[in-house]
Amino acid sequence: MVIFIALAKIIIIPVLVLNLIPLLIWMERKGAAYIQDRRGPNRANILGIRLGGMVHNFADVIKLLTKEENLPDGANRFYFYLAPFLAMFVSFVTVAVIPFGDDVHLGDLVFSLRVTDASVGMLYIFAIVSLSVYGVMLGGWASNSKFSLLGGLRVASQMISYEIALSLAAVSLFMVTESVDLGTMVRAQGELPWHWNFFHQPLAFLIFLVAAFAETNRNPFDLAEGESEIVGYHLEYSSMKFALFFMAEYAAIAVSSAILVTLFFGGWQIPGFSTETLLQGGEFYLKNVGLGVAAFSALTGLVLLTQYRPGKNGDLRDYEVLVLGIPALLAGLGLGAYLMWMGLPPLADWVAPVFVAALQAACFLFKVLCFCFFFVWVRWTLPRFRYDQVMSFGWKGMLPIALANILGTGIYLLIRG
Amino acid sequence: MAQALMTENSDLPTQNMVLNIGPSHPATHGALRLCAELDGETIVKATVEIGYLHRAFEKHTEVSTWSQIIPYTDRLNYCSSLLNNVAYARAVEQLLRIEIPERAVFIRVIVSELARIMDHLICVGTSAVDLGALSNFWYFFNVREQIYDWTEKLCGARLTTNYTRIGGVMRDLAPGFDEGIRKVLKSLNKALKDVTKLLGRNRIFMDRTQGVGIVTRDEAINWGFTGPCLRASGVPHDLRKAQPYYHYDEFDFEIPVGTVGDTYDRLMIRIEEMKQSVRIIEQALEKIPSGPVMVDDSRVALPPKEKVYGSIEGLMNHFMLLTDGIKPPQGEIYSAIEAGNGELGFYIVSDGGPKPYRIHCRPPCFPLTQAYERLVQGRMIADAIAILGSLNIVVGELDR
Repeated sequence: MVIFIALAKIIIIPVLVLNLIPLLIWMERKGAAYIQDRRGPNRANILGIRLGGMVHNFADVIKLLTKEENLPDGANRFYFYLAPFLAMFVSFVTVAVIPFGDDVHLGDLVFSLRVTDASVGMLYIFAIVSLSVYGVMLGGWASNSKFSLLGGLRVASQMISYEIALSLAAVSLFMVTESVDLGTMVRAQGELPWHWNFFHQPLAFLIFLVAAFAETNRNPFDLAEGESEIVGYHLEYSSMKFALFFMAEYAAIAVSSAILVTLFFGGWQIPGFSTETLLQGGEFYLKNVGLGVAAFSALTGLVLLTQYRPGKNGDLRDYEVLVLGIPALLAGLGLGAYLMWMGLPPLADWVAPVFVAALQAACFLFKVLCFCFFFVWVRWTLPRFRYDQVMSFGWKGMLPIALANILGTGIYLLIRG
Repeated sequence: MAQALMTENSDLPTQNMVLNIGPSHPATHGALRLCAELDGETIVKATVEIGYLHRAFEKHTEVSTWSQIIPYTDRLNYCSSLLNNVAYARAVEQLLRIEIPERAVFIRVIVSELARIMDHLICVGTSAVDLGALSNFWYFFNVREQIYDWTEKLCGARLTTNYTRIGGVMRDLAPGFDEGIRKVLKSLNKALKDVTKLLGRNRIFMDRTQGVGIVTRDEAINWGFTGPCLRASGVPHDLRKAQPYYHYDEFDFEIPVGTVGDTYDRLMIRIEEMKQSVRIIEQALEKIPSGPVMVDDSRVALPPKEKVYGSIEGLMNHFMLLTDGIKPPQGEIYSAIEAGNGELGFYIVSDGGPKPYRIHCRPPCFPLTQAYERLVQGRMIADAIAILGSLNIVVGELDR
């Protein structure tokens, strides 16, 4: 049984991250589009179903799969092929220690909602994040292109510099929590938002946030890509090898957001509801959440139905809102009516813990997606730093502040006793 | 210890890397090549190579009739082709010594200022993109799109306008132009406000542009800078004020002048100039008289169709203009207007024939490009891109 659970976790959690990638790409495209007064992807469809541009990702996959593979002259074949896999690998394994929910008790069986219960937690993340520089750097170097090389060099120096600030920001958290285990850190923050680390350590949060942007090579730290200057470390990559770099970037965003949420925003904690409260009133909450879902589904269906404009596009796309809206409305109404009049059927023992875990995981993912949107938002708002500015900001700005924050935290802890 | 490290490092054999930026590079906006010798990311020495977009414009004019040259001028600075049309037509008219009707003058002022706005929108928008601030580009391009819609209604084309004629303009303003343009100007003001808010006091943007690529007042004059780049260095020279043409002395507008002459000033000057252009257009829309848009002169203007079909003189006039062409008197002239990038001049030599003997175009980009090499020396690659964007080198005009 234990082995099955472990196997299930090993499969489910990376697949979850993998599925976040198209969602993030969609979010980036639509987010960028609405920030920039545009519509974003709205053409690609399967039998008229566009899902607000989400289907465009399939078109992308097909395009990237059918593109020509390219190996530049004089490239180091082994490292050239290795680099994208390394980039992708690092983004995925980081997620292993992040808890998606509180420990689940099923009778005598207790299991945690994370791949590994490694008590080193944050230290593991630091170790793995340090590896992420290799994928990008090797990609830049092995391409045998001057532009790629510059990109690789920029990444190497930037990531190593900001890792220090990143780690030091987390050190002050370790001092407060007295643990590096992420599960303990989340539990210590409790379910009340004003007890979350964000409010206790705002400075550490800011440093960590900025460093996370630098670590994921996102604007304003996207020097490695810098498409108007050096085009980037993946200049010579095409086809799925490029796609792997591309996906690694979004996976890194998802993972960074997950770490940020775990460390500073109470991880899986649902504001105001502790695990115990939820478990005790399991039936009550299940019913209410069910009603909420029903109402949301019915409303979405209604909104979609009002958007029906026959003859607007002149093809199957016209009926998309009907195809999506009618089932959503009916399902919402049906579920709502069932819960209102029939109530919940008698529940088995395992339902409440699983429901609570699912709710916590959903809350965690919601917080993560909010942060991911923040990443998108910043990208389309700020200009890019220059190489030397990034360096001086990292070493002369972030590092002293992080050290001062540690000192301040130490003094505070001493005084508090 | 530090001393020991330093000496150890200086013993390492290092070699500078030569990097080819362009001719096909996202930041060069055309085909400009910068050959840079790099020490790390610092440019030790740079050489600009031009000519990748050379289309023999000047030679081409010598085998075309005076009217056939107007569409070629569209391709000079393709961001503001209306201004090129105006500059060329005005030069030939001065050679012919003809005065164009008042309404045509005002139309030319309006389209010139619209073209200037479009030119500056592209320059500031793409510069922001090169600096990594992508959204500003769309805020500007939405407005530019609206102006293009009106350009399309004016002359049937968006980029290659071919709008002026020797002796006037192709056709009168489109119906609803007045209200339409006023609406566009309103959304332009909003876009300018948005972008100024996003960039004007943005720490990253200021760090990237302030003190980067400084051109002092004397350097700017010595290099022959004109236009916004000269004014950014603190010289209030604008042909619209210095040698007023087309009633520019009667319009109420100011010449924004920079203080430092860096990249920031060059971009902000353009934003200010757009606001001044808005003022000019509003005044011109108020003052524009009614009347013909083409001069009534059988040497240059085609007769109306009734005359062509109804009278032998009209038919002959039409026939002669189309087969033989316009024949300016023998002589030479240099005539310049203030284009988006600076002084756009045409030096024309006529031998009295239906084709020019020689036309030389003075593109405002050319002097800007010659300074570029020295501006990037000792700076980083990212700075080189920022400086290139703010100088607004349009290669179509530079290479001709």
